[in-house]
Amino acid sequence: MGTTASQLSKESLSEYQELTFLTKQEILLAHKRFTELLNKSEKGDPNVRIPMNKINSLPELKSNPFKDRICCVFSTSEHKDGSLTFEDFLDLLSAFSDSATLEIKSHYAFRIFDFDDDGTLDRSDLEKLVNCLTGETEETKLSPDEMRQLISNILEESDIDKDGTVNLSEFQHVISRSPDFVSSFKIVL
Amino acid sequence: MPPKRKNDTIIKVEDVGMEVDAVLDSGSEDEARRRNKTRRAKTQRKAKQVSDDEDNEEDEDEAQKKRGRKKRNKPQDSDQDDEEDKRSGRRKRSKASRRNAANEESDEESEEERGERKKGARAVSKRDKDDPNKEKKGNAKEKDGANKGSEKDRKKKNGKKSSSSFSSSSSESDEESLSEGEMAALKEQVEEKKKLIATLRNKPWRMKKRLVLLKEAQEFVERFEGALGKGKGRKLYAFKVMMTKKIIKFKRDFENFKTACIPWERKIKEVESHFGSSVASYFIFLRWMYGLNLILFGFMFGLVVLPEALMGLPYGSIPRKTVPRDEQDTAMDFSVLFEFGGYCKYSFLFYGYYNSDRTTGVLKFRLPLSYLLTGVGIFGYSLMVVIRTMARNANEGGDGADEGEFTFSWKMFTSWDYLIGNPETADNKYASITTSFKESIVDEQENQKDENIHLRRFLRILANLLILCCLGGSGYLIYFVVKRSQDFAKMDPADLTWFEKNEVEFVMSLLGLVCPPLFETIAELEDYHPRIALKWQLGRIFALFLGNLYTFLFALFDEVTGKLETEKSLKNATDWALNEYYANYSAHFNTTDVPQPIVHPADVVRGPCWETAVGIEFVKLIVSDVEVTYLTILIGDFARALLVRFLNYCWCWDLEAGFPSYAEFDISGNVLGLIFNQGMIWMGAFYAPGLVGLNVLRLLTSMYYQCWAVMACNVPHQRVFKASRSNNFYMGLLLLVLFLSLLPVVYTIMTLPPSFDCGPFSGQERMYDVVMETIEQDLPAFIGNIFTYATNPGLIMPAVLLMVLAIYYLNTVSKGYQQANLDLKKKMQMARDEEKNRRNNKDSTNQVMKDLEDLLPNKSLIPPPTKEEPPSDVVIEKGSKSTKMKPGSAGKGVNLQKEVSLAAPNPRGPVTHAPRPRGGAPGNARGPQPGPGRGRGRGHL
Repeated sequence: MGTTASQLSKESLSEYQELTFLTKQEILLAHKRFTELLNKSEKGDPNVRIPMNKINSLPELKSNPFKDRICCVFSTSEHKDGSLTFEDFLDLLSAFSDSATLEIKSHYAFRIFDFDDDGTLDRSDLEKLVNCLTGETEETKLSPDEMRQLISNILEESDIDKDGTVNLSEFQHVISRSPDFVSSFKIVL
Repeated sequence: MPPKRKNDTIIKVEDVGMEVDAVLDSGSEDEARRRNKTRRAKTQRKAKQVSDDEDNEEDEDEAQKKRGRKKRNKPQDSDQDDEEDKRSGRRKRSKASRRNAANEESDEESEEERGERKKGARAVSKRDKDDPNKEKKGNAKEKDGANKGSEKDRKKKNGKKSSSSFSSSSSESDEESLSEGEMAALKEQVEEKKKLIATLRNKPWRMKKRLVLLKEAQEFVERFEGALGKGKGRKLYAFKVMMTKKIIKFKRDFENFKTACIPWERKIKEVESHFGSSVASYFIFLRWMYGLNLILFGFMFGLVVLPEALMGLPYGSIPRKTVPRDEQDTAMDFSVLFEFGGYCKYSFLFYGYYNSDRTTGVLKFRLPLSYLLTGVGIFGYSLMVVIRTMARNANEGGDGADEGEFTFSWKMFTSWDYLIGNPETADNKYASITTSFKESIVDEQENQKDENIHLRRFLRILANLLILCCLGGSGYLIYFVVKRSQDFAKMDPADLTWFEKNEVEFVMSLLGLVCPPLFETIAELEDYHPRIALKWQLGRIFALFLGNLYTFLFALFDEVTGKLETEKSLKNATDWALNEYYANYSAHFNTTDVPQPIVHPADVVRGPCWETAVGIEFVKLIVSDVEVTYLTILIGDFARALLVRFLNYCWCWDLEAGFPSYAEFDISGNVLGLIFNQGMIWMGAFYAPGLVGLNVLRLLTSMYYQCWAVMACNVPHQRVFKASRSNNFYMGLLLLVLFLSLLPVVYTIMTLPPSFDCGPFSGQERMYDVVMETIEQDLPAFIGNIFTYATNPGLIMPAVLLMVLAIYYLNTVSKGYQQANLDLKKKMQMARDEEKNRRNNKDSTNQVMKDLEDLLPNKSLIPPPTKEEPPSDVVIEKGSKSTKMKPGSAGKGVNLQKEVSLAAPNPRGPVTHAPRPRGGAPGNARGPQPGPGRGRGRGHL
């Protein structure tokens, strides 16, 4: 850890601590894991981006059905390719950390579920979400009828203003009541 | 802050002239612009933006607050400026003092600067249109100040100074001090910045932006914090600031240190990623238990064991610390030690070893008192910790919405466990989510159709009967075994086999092992929903354990009373023998100065010392429990896994997928086992102080062993249950067990006479007499008096009454809150229905509201959905409604149909999408303000 600690300056470390929900150790660990993904030549560059498929090869994200979405949401890349800088990576870990608030978590969850990035969860988003949750294999997939039924049930429950979509405040309203969202919306390195 | 006042102030500002700080201006302009925008927004009425606007709203709120604050200052500010204007005019004429000139210069400059800043602010506001960070605008002044060089800053300050100091007193103002108002304002800004720094991490912005903001805010705070404390308090202030900085840093470091100290974080994380949060919750619980036991061990060890071991008499000095003569031959045998006889029995592990001298050693340590207080204090501490944890859990877990309200949404949005990092678990999770979706769809469709309710009922009753039989049988078995063990105890230990000696513990562990699966099998008859079945199962296992424990206890108490009898006769015999000895001695030597009879401590006749016997029972129970648990894991999990894994190559069916397969980790069983183990520790700790240390060891090994076992030979659950819901359930069980284990201990302390020749309370009538003795002899008399008064029934009764009343009151209050919650919920539901209906056919389902609506001319009761909506529309709808529907049959059927048909082709659907900038990050996209209706209202709810 000695080399990685020296790479992160003290100021930026304390700034990151100020700005994220992570502790010093977690930031250092994140940095270590991040630099492990880098090539030799890229190591010195602070603004280097790691492509999405490399991030997704992390064991913590590997079996997550939302891994692509997570990368896209947290990426600041111009090309929308889901590549992450170290700061984006920290953002990700902070939002998924143990001590992040429900506000933050639900906000990012919403953006992860919002597949087409239009600010609302409409039927197609929900459909994609269900497909993500049930897996891609044939035996677990829901039939179109079931899917329709399910989505209309969900909209019935959570679409309070009845515009056919679930928006952020509706989403947060639903999520905030859930007993186990905060405990399961976690990724720990 | 109502906007009207804002307008007033704006006018005032204009009256006064442009001397007021530019920010106010830009702020108000901005405000006006925004209001325009809001108006526009209202006319467009976009429901969709509600979400994004929540952010905005918040920010705006903040900004408004800020503005409001400024406004508070503004009237007086403008007055000041007015006055100052005059003064400066006068000054201009006279041009008397150099300082004035300088001030003027700065005034001019500041004016210039203001212009600049105004431009800047405007630019900023334009640039930030799409930026949720409205604060930037609110703080434009500070930011500009921060951005400009320090020189300008100084000048600006001068300008400020001139504006304030002149108005306050005279031209001979003190260069060094800002006026109080300015100071307060600055201070507030600094505080605000600090708050911003503290809450920055709660904002869902990009790291870059947060970094920039943080740096700006920090710079600002640093720059102006120094300026705040001028003159006298400066040093103190600087010191204070420095100290707070240090403290913050220290706190952070301490926090880091604390998290670094939490053991097994990695291990648990590993388990978590393989098995999901539910299995990990067991290990977290185990870790929590370990921490609790470590503290209990600290108490026990530090206050009881260590003083006795260091300062008390050494082994062999008095009878209670010596192995009796007839046991000495076998005292070192392993078989004896293994059953905690021999040297173990006469060691500090057990109650009997402790001396009853009031004080021990040079420190005059009151061991008996300490023993009693520690024994009781352990309960007190555990109670406190458990209740505190429960309260915290209750706060954390959702606010207890109705289970059925959001079933589907929760399944959809919260069912994925992001901790899962193992493909196999992920596959299981997919499967379980799919089944749960399908199940709930089917549930919704069929809504519990019971094909044969009588058969089901009969089966359920039958199952319960069977389980009651099991419980009764196991209770009787334990009672029988304990009774028999008493008979065995009277026989010569050499004749007994190992099994006969350990029958009780063996049977109890075996029952704990066999019964839960039996219950599970019987529960198949009932065919409950798995979640309910799990609860039943837990309840039954709990009943089993509890029943076993209490039967064991009652049998033990039987034994204790028997021992007390023998003890009494023995004591009488000893007393008689001693009296005889004294009489003989004095008769023989003709002296009254009788020396103590010289008997080797090992030869002294002694009583059975029932406390140690109870302690030994508990220790044996714990040890056998550990053995059985570990063996079960080894055989049931490990051996099975090995068998399945390697025999699979040469077996006729697929062992891994078929019958034996791998074991699943039994969370509920393990948690309950842990809880009951803890209950036994609590009960036994009083009789065997070493038990707590033993338990610490047990939990420690358990942690490693079970972690290994889980990772090595268990497979993830088919149905993955979520953990958090049951967290407090387990805590509740723990509390119950704690209470139940408190009972026997307190009973013995208060009623049973302690043994006469062993333990710290020997010679006392009752154990608690130690406390009385201390109060009477060591404390000042008045405390004794207070104590007597306090224990007076006349005082206790009212106290109890008061407590009961307080409970009653709190209960009523909480009921009131519940009612209020319900009302609010109902209101929300109603608003929702209204909205739905208005959207669909402009009709209200609520008869009462509809009647009212008909009566009132302008429908003021329900806020109209949109302001711009032509009223004619409503009228038409009303008309159509009255024609379409029969009065009184504002039935759901019609509405429902309409809902179905109208929900999809929502006329506002396309409108909501069009004007929004697509593709941009939704969180950052700034939309118009929400309408006055739902968005806001719901936000507050």
